[in-house]
Amino acid sequence: MQEVSTQLYCGHCGERLGERTTPGAHPPSSADPPSPGHERCEQRLAMEPPRYCASCRRRMKVQVTPMGWAAECSRHGTLAAGAAS
Amino acid sequence: MTSGYAILETARKQVLHEGRGLREAQILEVLNLPDEAIPAALQLAHEVRIQHCGEDVEVEGIISIKTGGCPEDCHFCSQSGLFDSPVRGVWLDIPELVKAAKETAATGATEFCIVAAVRGPDIKLMNQIKFAIDRINAEVDINIACSLGMLTQRQVDQLAEWGVHRYNHNLETARSYFPEVVTTHTYEERLETCRMVKDAGMELCCGALIGMGETVEQRAELAAQLAALEPHEVPLNFLNPRPGTPLEDQPIMDGKDALRAIAAFRLAMPRTVLRYAGGRELTLGDLGTREGLLGGINAVIVGNYLTTLGRPADADLDLLVELNMPIRELQKSL
Ligand code: SF4
Ligand SMILES: [Zn+2]
Ligand SMILES: [Zn+2]
Repeated sequence: MQEVSTQLYCGHCGERLGERTTPGAHPPSSADPPSPGHERCEQRLAMEPPRYCASCRRRMKVQVTPMGWAAECSRHGTLAAGAAS
Repeated sequence: MTSGYAILETARKQVLHEGRGLREAQILEVLNLPDEAIPAALQLAHEVRIQHCGEDVEVEGIISIKTGGCPEDCHFCSQSGLFDSPVRGVWLDIPELVKAAKETAATGATEFCIVAAVRGPDIKLMNQIKFAIDRINAEVDINIACSLGMLTQRQVDQLAEWGVHRYNHNLETARSYFPEVVTTHTYEERLETCRMVKDAGMELCCGALIGMGETVEQRAELAAQLAALEPHEVPLNFLNPRPGTPLEDQPIMDGKDALRAIAAFRLAMPRTVLRYAGGRELTLGDLGTREGLLGGINAVIVGNYLTTLGRPADADLDLLVELNMPIRELQKSL
């Protein structure tokens, strides 16, 4: 499992984090408070794997298995949980 | 003890004692019961399940061998290639599939269902399936089911010959609502595959997806149409509105309506394996899982679904222990 250092995009909807509530603000960085406007996305991410890479917004290749999941970005590597990791 | 609701009194006699499922108009009456009657309906459905199916619960794992990029337009499905869904096309390799089958078997599950997002299988997919079946049979003690879309007679015969003991092909919704949800194939085409599967001696698993905007009458119609097919198993799905699909803004189904549906489907099909499938976490939460298992459900999908995550396997398995419901044991039908 690869550490994703910059959380620029929402893993669920792919939108840039921070955009919804603070249009025109400085580009979001990992120092920002967690994803304003994406609370529902965060709830969803407890029930499904991320579909977008948080670093580059590429759609990831996601494989779900009964006991785990893995999500791969061609540039930033693989995120995984459970037995698929 | 009487429930005070005429339809439940009728069902007690007709379904519990005589083993005859409710007809469409009767199913509708159950679906229209007031909130106060739901516990009594679930209690009766539970008695029917114990009487006609027994105490054990069938546990299954499902896995996608080919995800996404489907040419069909089922409006609920994140795997259709026709919608702007974030699900990307991906194939699972056979070693990963075998590993997943082992992990599934380790939970006590007796069923492992291999699913592909396709209109119907091509030669490449059929070859993959044959190879996967051989590998799994060589290494894992589990029944193999498949869900590969619409089949030709030759493909039905091949799957049966390879030892696929159950085939999943859902009706999804009522005949009268189907054209609102799918336009790239017909209800009749779905029925045709279901009939061929049964005729070939495989067990038919034929599911429902409710909460797609169908009326209560259409929900009753669906239950009656499923009952007429006499499937071995009915997986009951509740819509989980998927981003990018035409049904993405459909509200999540009311939990009480979902419980009414569980009771009604059991009373329509007293002997069928009635499985909790996708969407239950969203619609019913933890409490609903228990209520359903005490209300007519006698099978679960353990762990994750095809593109979304389920409850942790342990949560369901622990609940079965707590409810004193043994996991159905493996009876290889080969
Ligand atoms: S045929 Fe199956 S995979 Fe394809 S769009 Fe319909 S439900 Fe999805
Ligand atoms: Zn988001
Ligand atoms: Zn990336």
